[in-house]
Amino acid sequence: MNAKVAAQRYALVGAWIVVIVLFCILKPDTFATSANVQNILGSQAVLLVLTLGLILPLTSNDFDLSIASVLSLSAMVLALLNGEQGWPLLPAIIVALGCGLAVGMFNGACVVWLGLDSFIVTLGSGTFVAGVVTWISGSRTVTGMSPVLSDWIVNKRLLGVSLVFYYGLALVLILWYVLTYTAVGRRLLFVGRGRSVARLSGLRVGALRFSALAGSGLLAGLAGVLYAGTTGGADPSSGASFLLPAFAAAYLGATAVSPGRFNAWGAFIAVYFLVTGITGLQLLGVDSFVQQLFYGGALVLAVALSQLVRRRAAGREAVGA
Amino acid sequence: MQSPLHTTPAAPSGAAGAAPPVVALRHLSKRFGGELALDDVALTIEHGQVHGLLGENGSGKSTLIKVLAGYHAPEPGAELEVNGTRVSLPLHANAFRRLGLAFVHQDLGLIGDLTVLENLRVGQLSESRSLHIRWSRERRLARETFERYGFDLDPSAIVNELPETDRALLAIVRAVEEMRATLADGERGLLVLDEPTVFLPREGVQRLFALVRDVVARDASVLFVSHDLDEVREITDHVTVLRDGRVHATIPTAQATEAQLVEMIIGRSLAAYEHVAPDRPAGATALTVRNLGGRTVDGVDFDAHAGEILGLTGIIGSGFDEVPYLLFGARPCRVGELRVGDRSHALPLMSPRDALKAKMALLPADRQVDGSVGSLSVSDNAMLQVLERYRPAALRLRRMRGDAAQLLDDFDVRPRDPDAEYASLSGGNQQKVLLAKWLQTKPQILLLHEPTQGVDIGAREQIFHLLREEAKRGTTIICASSDHEQLAAICDRVLVFGRGRIARELTGGEVTKARIAEQALNSSAGAASITTDAEV
Repeated sequence: MNAKVAAQRYALVGAWIVVIVLFCILKPDTFATSANVQNILGSQAVLLVLTLGLILPLTSNDFDLSIASVLSLSAMVLALLNGEQGWPLLPAIIVALGCGLAVGMFNGACVVWLGLDSFIVTLGSGTFVAGVVTWISGSRTVTGMSPVLSDWIVNKRLLGVSLVFYYGLALVLILWYVLTYTAVGRRLLFVGRGRSVARLSGLRVGALRFSALAGSGLLAGLAGVLYAGTTGGADPSSGASFLLPAFAAAYLGATAVSPGRFNAWGAFIAVYFLVTGITGLQLLGVDSFVQQLFYGGALVLAVALSQLVRRRAAGREAVGA
Repeated sequence: MQSPLHTTPAAPSGAAGAAPPVVALRHLSKRFGGELALDDVALTIEHGQVHGLLGENGSGKSTLIKVLAGYHAPEPGAELEVNGTRVSLPLHANAFRRLGLAFVHQDLGLIGDLTVLENLRVGQLSESRSLHIRWSRERRLARETFERYGFDLDPSAIVNELPETDRALLAIVRAVEEMRATLADGERGLLVLDEPTVFLPREGVQRLFALVRDVVARDASVLFVSHDLDEVREITDHVTVLRDGRVHATIPTAQATEAQLVEMIIGRSLAAYEHVAPDRPAGATALTVRNLGGRTVDGVDFDAHAGEILGLTGIIGSGFDEVPYLLFGARPCRVGELRVGDRSHALPLMSPRDALKAKMALLPADRQVDGSVGSLSVSDNAMLQVLERYRPAALRLRRMRGDAAQLLDDFDVRPRDPDAEYASLSGGNQQKVLLAKWLQTKPQILLLHEPTQGVDIGAREQIFHLLREEAKRGTTIICASSDHEQLAAICDRVLVFGRGRIARELTGGEVTKARIAEQALNSSAGAASITTDAEV
């Protein structure tokens, strides 16, 4: 591997380290504490899981704009069933995950069988689901959930970090494995990069796109369960604030580790790079609007960077031809 | 440089009398790199005439048209007169509009999602200064325009939903209307029709010709570019034949028989065969196609044998290039049956997956879109069909990479780097990677479409060699190509298509470049025609 490729791969890691060092110098007493590190790692696992789910349809070149609403739906269903209806935790979680999967399968069916554009379908289904969440919750925050869930998600700690972080890490490993080391992952990549090639090579293009959208629905449901456990309840509008950060992290992550590909480790690094920057700025006393500046700016920057990489590659091609 | 066959054009016919030629080009040369694509070409198009422009692919036809359109700058010394007025070259882009020239290319340049009216008026609307468009008035004007040309087209129809013929007519009417808007009274324009008929059914060609005659009578001369000698003989008054960038002859069309035109175009006496294909004994029948019908082909029957390399060819629009995709289930097929070995497939239900199960493989002509993913590595592209070999459990990526390197070695792909980005390879190496990708699946039927397009000479020879070796192993190879030299070099047998059907079968000693070229040009004459609109 030459230096240039390595530089591209780990540029984001480098930027992350620079940000960490910078804030450690600026705010040694609040930023550079183990409590802060533990907080950062634990608090962003929900976003990480959501981003990992999003990577699946992005790899097959489909959008999923419904993930944030699905997160809200799953959290709300879990809170209502467990907190208000008194269902035991396990069946309530299964139903919550099932809701996520169902929305994902609906998206997949519209995109694959009806041949609709995923951007429009998921924009519509996401808004629809947000309406359902408001309806079933009566626009209120629902609490009163079993403490067992919160115990297993945030209160229990390993090396001082909430368990939820390790769940996210485990999912990173699984997704990394699936996308890199399985035939399905390879095929998904071909479906995303060259539909026509994939079809003429005999791949089940429709089934793969359907599975990717169903998968992102399921993982958004899982993110909802983790969210309910983290906050001890659910509020109808909570998910909306996750949509843009998830896209920002997915695109920014695609510039790292395996540049040009949406990948799990890249998403992991991007999620924590972004939250490190935001936390540091907030500790410096900057207002909370910085979060929006940071995520919005990161998304545009990430897309611009990947475009730049692609254009450079295209330039090389033109020279070689 | 003019050949002995050159004669000066006859005096213009029609009422115009002594009017100057609409377009007169002299001493036109164009160099690309070291090669002359056009060499001192002269072309005179008289008032009120349809002038044919003939020549093989690469003879300079399209370069000439692109000079007129202002796309290419000719070498210094070229002269152009339009309606007797000297015009300085090179033309800048869009200058042709002011001069009264209009172009309709094979792709027609219509926007399919928009209405007939929007397409018709797109030029004027973009220049109009008034803010408000009165659509009802525009619709009425459009109706009147179509009536003037004697046909009935709904201005509100979406262009994509029109039959192919109506689309071609619309494109021509639009070009003529835009030309009329720039011409003063009594001035004549030139309408350039660049292969406008290739996708039209026979009856559509007649309607198009009626329109062309109408245009010639009223507004313009026409430069008619086509491979179809029947059509050229029917509609043109004069023809100019280009060969290797030079004008081989300009003659009144009526003075040449079809055979003479063919000879002028390919430049060889037809009786002389330069190369004899080896008369290999055919193996058992490996594949049978019955009653195949798609967008451009209809009622096609043929067999292919084990170990045979079968060529499919014809002029553009004859349908030969659709056949590999129909057999592979890659494009919608109307009707047809395919028998491979002892299994029979209904082609309208065929999918690429079924084709793969039947041990077929397809190398499409468009490597970038249909054949490969340029942004992924050579190894990723080459190993897509054989991922199963590196399972179960985790893909053994290192072994896969090693095998890919070995494969690149076997197929002499350079650089021999499985991690190289596929798009960074040269055309020849890209094609070798795709051959490697498919041949390692051990297909029984290998379908090719223009397998050496954009491939350098060295790689071309290597690919020919690989294909011959593969045929020796008993694989049936079907190669659709308009490259007659290539077909002569590798094929045991060639089927020549004309108007969607097989018009000729060339075998043994007949498989030569000249003979294939001649038959491709002739085939449109003898073949039965498709009478319905091919729009399905």
